[in-house]
Amino acid sequence: MWQRHPSVSRAFAAQLRRDLTIAFRAPGELVNPLMFYIMGIALFPLGVGPGAERLAEMAPGVLWVLALLSTLLSLDSLFRRDFDDGTLEQLVLNVDPLFTGVLAKVLAHWLVTGLPLAILSPVAALLLFLPASAVPTLVAALLLGTPILSLLGAVGAALTVALKRGGLLLTLITLPLYVPVLILGAGAVAAQINGVDPAAQLAWLASILALMLTLTPFAAALALRVSLE
Amino acid sequence: MSWLVTWWHRLSSPRWFFTVSRRWTGPLLTLGLIGMLIGLGWGLAIAPPDYLQGNSFRIMYLHVPTAILAESCYLLMGVAGAIALIWRIKLADMVLVAAPPIGATFCALALLTGAIWGRPTWGTWWVWDARTTSMLVLLFLYFGVMALRQAVPREESAGRACAILAIVGMVNIPIIKYSVDWWLTLHQPSTFKLTGAPSMPSEMYLPLLVSVISFYLFFAAVLLMGIGNEILRREQRTQWVNELMQGRSA
Repeated sequence: MWQRHPSVSRAFAAQLRRDLTIAFRAPGELVNPLMFYIMGIALFPLGVGPGAERLAEMAPGVLWVLALLSTLLSLDSLFRRDFDDGTLEQLVLNVDPLFTGVLAKVLAHWLVTGLPLAILSPVAALLLFLPASAVPTLVAALLLGTPILSLLGAVGAALTVALKRGGLLLTLITLPLYVPVLILGAGAVAAQINGVDPAAQLAWLASILALMLTLTPFAAALALRVSLE
Repeated sequence: MSWLVTWWHRLSSPRWFFTVSRRWTGPLLTLGLIGMLIGLGWGLAIAPPDYLQGNSFRIMYLHVPTAILAESCYLLMGVAGAIALIWRIKLADMVLVAAPPIGATFCALALLTGAIWGRPTWGTWWVWDARTTSMLVLLFLYFGVMALRQAVPREESAGRACAILAIVGMVNIPIIKYSVDWWLTLHQPSTFKLTGAPSMPSEMYLPLLVSVISFYLFFAAVLLMGIGNEILRREQRTQWVNELMQGRSA
């Protein structure tokens, strides 16, 4: 299929390159979700006290909840700008299958939000006194989990892109779907701290990622068509 | 097989469905309410008290049916969403309008009765138990579909958007349930389990069965009424609705 339709892979690459270029033209917007991540984490010691033991106990959950929230905040930009200037309509009209275009956009979104977040997470872990032995697990879990957040979020973003005040609604419809990722991601880190092998949680995250990778772009593509009706 | 095809095509006629569903609503509602009266009366007054929980377990006859219906209703929404997207049958879209408020109500009732039941048995109103947690997430999923319906201005787009969300939710429910179950076993290995009690004797089980079935009948009746209202609202400019309304008021 790839040989017969070389344009599919080329369209994917072109879309990815375009989105990454646009993202790097506005570095301020790139940094915002990461700043939110670090600031949000810094609030917890201020709220519950600086005791290292208590913070370390809460760290897996806090790190993951903030990862969920900062991904949610960045989702609005996934389709919004393209919708405003009409590019999204061109994407829906011209890229066939739309699955490819959506997947490229989601991958670009993850490369500029989820991936930096995973790279930055050891610093965040330091703030919460997460045991150093659990940091590799945290990074691995974030690397597997944040793409799921981007993929599921793409469906919500596609459903709400045409609405004037879609931001809060996007949060409302997406957060319940994030529950498994939060449980498994935080569970993996907690297991590592408690001396249990986190392979099971990581394997589950990987399998959910595989499932969502195949299903959600279809749903998001369909949702985009609905939003542009 | 031709009757099946005819029936399938008729389903897409709102007027035909309205007339037929009005005929069914009354009996379904009556049967459901009588069944509830029997099931609940039997369960609350006649069934023997539980050897561990005494009389407090009796809320089960209300709690279990609402919980089962809250889940069935979302399943129905997912299936209706698929039908609405694939075959573009208006009726399926109307199910998606009528079902979420009913499902959310049952879900909230299940949580409420669960809390009331939890107070004497667990000594607390709320436990982060696997079932209560997945029920809470289910309630959030219902809220999401309802909020999306409200937010999208164009009716047809709203219907298709809700259909997509309902399907995505339905696919995710097993994953959510599984992960929540698993989370519980990791964090709270020894919660007092209600279902772990020895299997129920038939004096306790039969009223529950009656109760569950009559709740289903009640749900079907309320759903048909909701769909009927939606049909009237959407077809309000047609002649048959006007004639119907004038007939009513005369």
